Amino acid sequence: MGMSREEVYAKVQQVLVDALGVDAEEVTPKATLREDLGAESIDFLDIIFRLEKAFTTDPAKPFKIPRGELFPDDLGALMNDEKYVKDGKITAEGIAQMKQRMPFSDFTEFDKNPSLENAQTLLTVDTIVNYIQSKFG
Amino acid sequence: MRWIWIDKFVEFTSRTSAVAMKNVSLAEEHLHDLYPAFPIMPHCLIIEGMAQTAGILVGEARGFTEKVILAKIGKAKFHRLVRPGDTIFHFARIDQLNENGASVSGVVRCGGEESSPLVAEIELMFSHIDKNISGVAFPEENFVFTEQFKELLKSYRGGGNIPL
Repeated sequence: MGMSREEVYAKVQQVLVDALGVDAEEVTPKATLREDLGAESIDFLDIIFRLEKAFTTDPAKPFKIPRGELFPDDLGALMNDEKYVKDGKITAEGIAQMKQRMPFSDFTEFDKNPSLENAQTLLTVDTIVNYIQSKFG
Repeated sequence: MRWIWIDKFVEFTSRTSAVAMKNVSLAEEHLHDLYPAFPIMPHCLIIEGMAQTAGILVGEARGFTEKVILAKIGKAKFHRLVRPGDTIFHFARIDQLNENGASVSGVVRCGGEESSPLVAEIELMFSHIDKNISGVAFPEENFVFTEQFKELLKSYRGGGNIPL
């Protein structure tokens, strides 16, 4: 069953409010999960669980998010590879790897300054909404 | 003292739910630490009892092969105090379980019936740490589920060192 972006956004917003203990007003489309909303490593598992619960319409066919599909879990190893990161900047090969692993993120701003520090900006509320829409749109 | 906040399981359905009870006694030191003239079981230890009930439920679901640790307390809402002489029951249910961890919701009641007075509503999240912390090496043996915890489940199932 298709869902509008607004419907998906409303549910994702509530999930993040519950998982991160933030106010709804703080959950904006471009808000980054780590920097703006204060998400820590353990919160990502909680977000996954809550998304699965929120978007399950039939208990007999629960919505499942395969491991690594929304939040890639091998980025840490990638960031430690000299082939992909040099002097705090991500190489072209590294960017290609990231785009492959994070197809729902917006790389427009990141491409202008592909630093390790900027990589935090790739996981936003919109990233989650884009992912969910790809499943229910 | 031993760090065990449940006395025995009264129900256990693998991968689904469990109920464990705890008798609260005036002889327990911790009752006198919070308010010296008014002994109550501290809320944090009630949460720990639920964590132990749910943690064993989650651990057993994957044959105690995972190192299951309490990662997050999503909700802990208390409705009444627990006094010496009370027997509380932790009703825990697995909401979600996957290779990375589990989410569990539960209620604590003063009595073993669904209609018994509600003590607390608690939501917990557990992580299988070997699967979640990359680059950090943990001991190979499962240091989470000691024999003390496994014995609780064995006793419920009619085995263990304590014959029923």
